[in-house]
Amino acid sequence: MCLLPLAANAGDVSSVPLTSTPGDPARGQDIVRDTGRASCLICHAISAMPDRDQGTLGPSLDAIATRYTEAELRQRIVDARTLAPDTIMPPYYSNEGLVRIGSRWAQSTIYSAQDVEDVVAFLMTLGD
Amino acid sequence: MQRLVLVLALLFPAAALSEPISGYQFMEPSTRQLQDDDFLNPAFFLVERGRQLWDGAWPGAPEGAASCQSCHGAPESSMRGVSARYPALDPATGKLVNLELKIQSEIARKLSAEPPQYESADLLALTALIAFQSRGMPLDVPTGEKVAGWLAQGEEIYTTRRGQLNLSCQNCHGEHWGQKLRGDTISQGHSNAFPIFRLIWDEVGSLHRMFSWCMEAVRAEPYEYGSEEYLALELYLADRGRGLTIESPGVRR
Repeated sequence: MCLLPLAANAGDVSSVPLTSTPGDPARGQDIVRDTGRASCLICHAISAMPDRDQGTLGPSLDAIATRYTEAELRQRIVDARTLAPDTIMPPYYSNEGLVRIGSRWAQSTIYSAQDVEDVVAFLMTLGD
Repeated sequence: MQRLVLVLALLFPAAALSEPISGYQFMEPSTRQLQDDDFLNPAFFLVERGRQLWDGAWPGAPEGAASCQSCHGAPESSMRGVSARYPALDPATGKLVNLELKIQSEIARKLSAEPPQYESADLLALTALIAFQSRGMPLDVPTGEKVAGWLAQGEEIYTTRRGQLNLSCQNCHGEHWGQKLRGDTISQGHSNAFPIFRLIWDEVGSLHRMFSWCMEAVRAEPYEYGSEEYLALELYLADRGRGLTIESPGVRR
């Protein structure tokens, strides 16, 4: 398992896709709405999606692709702590520095590298 | 943020925002109704079962001190207000004990019997019976030097970000209560209704079971039921919810 370091130049790191397989937006959409994956809609809302009971804990993801580049979205999903150390958003592709991870989860990150790419690909479809 | 505060003030007009708000206020009306009516409340059987256990001779107990009843009499008088003061320091050992541990040690020491296990139906029933005797009374746990270390440990556990989701109790129940996680409104996470019937468990459970559920929800390793960590957290929560009235046995989502 290759975990990304908490790099000072994480912006540069994030500009490179984590996998050689291009992100699949359809699969990304499935992940985004899957509550069993601790996914986006638990805390964020996307008004274009029909799912009931979307979260209000984080900002809306409507038109998110007009506000952030692919690399910026990737960095926020991989480990938003690199941008805001106190953020309540979990790090989806890093277990770095986490406390008392349950044994069931300690061997992997919340998302796989491909999951990150797929979710980024889906979020990039959320334009105006 | 200002808008959020305004919305919350409108939703909870009875309480100033600095005062603790019971989880009851965050429940759907249908869930509140279940708790409001002892005949509908799916946790209420615990009180009845607890009363049978209270009155009945405990297997293995000596004659003359065979039951809770034989020393304490009717729980309606002898146990009134007890739950509001727990967890508390056990004078016999100097350790912090909650109601469950106190019941276990009483059965072991006074009745010379095998106490029911943590989270067993019998221990939940006796806990509910005793907590029920304080219904409507405000949480009023001990403070001061003797429990300061426990309170500090509880606060540390409450505020430590943990698990793969890297969230503390405080992150959700202190800083973001009132907001929605999917369809559910985040409560302030108070402890004043336990044991509870929890709809998503479809059964009754203790406060420590709830702690473990929350820990697992953030993908953290839970502590043991009855552990010092959970006792410290229980004391901290009771202090944090000081003044809330006891609703046991409660009903929650």
